[in-house]
Amino acid sequence: MNRIEFTRIPFIKNALKSRYPQLAVFIVMLVGYIFAILAGLIGTPVGSRNFSIVFVWIAWWAILILVAVPFFGRGWCAVCPIPLPGEWLQRGAVLNPPDKKPKWLNLRVPKFFRNIWLQSISFLLLALFSSVLLTTPNITGIVLAVMLFGAIGLSTVFERRAFCRYLCPVGGFIGLYSQTAPIELRIKVKQICVTCDGKPCYNGNENGYGCPWDVFPGGLTKNTYCGLCMECIRTCPHDNIAINLRPFAADLAKLSTRIDEAFKAFIMLGSAMIYAGVLLGPWGAFKDAAYNVGTSAWFMYAIVFLAIIFVILPGFFTLGILKTKSALPLKQRFASLATALIPLGLMFWVAFSLSFVLTNTTYIFASLSDPLGLGWNLFGTANIPWQPMFTAILAPAQTLALVGGLIWSARTAQKAANEIKTSSIPVIVFCFIVTLAMLWLLL
Amino acid sequence: MKSSELLSRILITLAIIGAVGTPLLIWSRTPLIHAKVAEGGGWNPSIIKANVGEPLHLKLTSDDVVHGFAVGQMDMQSVNVLPGKVTDVTLTFDKPGIYTFLCTRWCGLNHWRMRGTIEVSGLNTDPSTSSGQAPQPAPAPLYVSLSLDIDAPHDAPVIPGNPPSAINGKQLTKKLSLEKFMTQEYYFSHSPYQLFEELDSTNLSDSEKWDVVGYTWQSNTTKESIADGGQLYAQNCAACHGENGAGNGVFVDDLAAAGETSLQTMTGADDMTMQTPVDFTNPTRMLGASPALLQGKISRGGMGTGMPMWGSIFTEEQIWDLIAYLYSFQFAYHN
Repeated sequence: MNRIEFTRIPFIKNALKSRYPQLAVFIVMLVGYIFAILAGLIGTPVGSRNFSIVFVWIAWWAILILVAVPFFGRGWCAVCPIPLPGEWLQRGAVLNPPDKKPKWLNLRVPKFFRNIWLQSISFLLLALFSSVLLTTPNITGIVLAVMLFGAIGLSTVFERRAFCRYLCPVGGFIGLYSQTAPIELRIKVKQICVTCDGKPCYNGNENGYGCPWDVFPGGLTKNTYCGLCMECIRTCPHDNIAINLRPFAADLAKLSTRIDEAFKAFIMLGSAMIYAGVLLGPWGAFKDAAYNVGTSAWFMYAIVFLAIIFVILPGFFTLGILKTKSALPLKQRFASLATALIPLGLMFWVAFSLSFVLTNTTYIFASLSDPLGLGWNLFGTANIPWQPMFTAILAPAQTLALVGGLIWSARTAQKAANEIKTSSIPVIVFCFIVTLAMLWLLL
Repeated sequence: MKSSELLSRILITLAIIGAVGTPLLIWSRTPLIHAKVAEGGGWNPSIIKANVGEPLHLKLTSDDVVHGFAVGQMDMQSVNVLPGKVTDVTLTFDKPGIYTFLCTRWCGLNHWRMRGTIEVSGLNTDPSTSSGQAPQPAPAPLYVSLSLDIDAPHDAPVIPGNPPSAINGKQLTKKLSLEKFMTQEYYFSHSPYQLFEELDSTNLSDSEKWDVVGYTWQSNTTKESIADGGQLYAQNCAACHGENGAGNGVFVDDLAAAGETSLQTMTGADDMTMQTPVDFTNPTRMLGASPALLQGKISRGGMGTGMPMWGSIFTEEQIWDLIAYLYSFQFAYHN
């Protein structure tokens, strides 16, 4: 497949090799992140007027799911400020080359946890409380603070970015869907890596740190676990790391064999459907159940939520592929064919997000002028009335996203089925049914 | 340490300190008065200090639903207090005292509990009163000077069969020279039924006696007074007592569901009974109540029931306007 290597452009290459541009972005993002925490804790408790809610769950989410993930993969992780304070603490420096002697415990994450189950659990913990989290500024402030301090704490116990790699609730699905993005970090010539002494991209050298994401770039075949931190570009003594523009979803040609990744696809697909029903649907009882955390109705909601993503969706999918002919055992077939759900899941999230992002965009302008709800009008937009935007194109755009996702997934299913020599029809039928359900929920 | 490393550390540290310190500093220097439904805490703060003659600038915001803000016994339009937005209000007091501010929107079941006080100190600057003097104590309200027991039963044993005719009552009053009952002093201190009883000395029929009562009550009020009273009623009373006075306001079902905490009333030292909002269309209850008695009930409130105390909110004139409006549920005034 054709690639265009961005890092051949001297300006881009130099900007990525230098630490300063990224550090400048990190600092700006860290200020914004801390401000969001404080706005959540001391600002108005009215969610639609609070910076933390509006900028995190509307502005950031819109940028993440509609732009960053589909077009830049883990582009958000490249500028996310959460690891910055922890890494400073862990390395004892911001820019200086690392000491050989670790400053803290520097433990390796136990093998049992080296998967994305913890990220799925942390995502589900937020998802089950999302009706409260997405509307209550102080809860959002607390969650943001817990993530920041959690990352700092883990930096003192484990090596590298343990929080980002194994615990971040959004890192898991960004990694999953980053496989569809047309951006990748890859080595140029494999043989150079094979013969490279000391593997500085993984172990670090005087030019930078060993891969914070615990990945050996020489073995990268998917975007999933590469956080685009650019350290390997700085440390590679052979200039063998490239940032490429590539076709969309190029990674999906390499099928997943991991059950945690397969379930992540179901978790994200099902969560988008449940959110569409509960947050955007007309059923007040569902909203009440989701909002009244701790009540029996909420426990029922949680059970149904978990049942849909862990039992019902994977169960029907398994039933579909159960009788198909294949040389592979069922578990491996399940994992491989679930790859086909990745484009559809991303498009489900795009379609779902379009609804509330276009509906609530005007809150961004109001919140920008009065981020703490103290009566300011910094940019003259504090009193902009709430007004849904582009409502005429919403339904067509959602339909396009869902139908496009279905076609994309069907094509991926065909390729996956050819790869493992089985039938793609059950997967396509499954995708078709859930797409119909999502269309019904959204439109 | 390299200078670039040092500079980076300083920058990050300053960024963190700035990101934490700046919002905290600004926030601590912008005192807001937060409004929440009473169950959530009501006004915070609920006690505000001010000085006579000095403008008091208030920044009001709601932390939940739409509220309203007004200060009792002040000539001011109530303002909306919107969720997440800030409403600026400037007040100037020309008399010292303790003023009550209140929510003017039916924000929830315990809306009436959303009250706070503004403690105004200094010397009187009101030009209508003696300037520079300490305030004189207000005269005792009529119900106090009459020593009325405003919790005593006051039902009228007899009620009119048909709505009284004030026009007919006017003719009978002139014909029988009953003007002695027309004075405001008499009107304030007697119930319609008491006048009905006093007319026993005449040879009028029961229906004619009620017509005279109707005329007497009409002649002690004006269209403007009833209109003003109606406006006050719609804003402050209708939520519980109903738009048409029948005791069936929008909060009644919620009050009943809330049970004892909202509806109990004291009918003796230890006797608490459940009570729904009063039905002003009930002639037995209304025709047995004098304006002074109603003044007491409105001013003092229900003492632990859902009926709030209005004495610190309404002026005396407003209370008489309101009472005139309440009697209009019984008498077809000015038709």
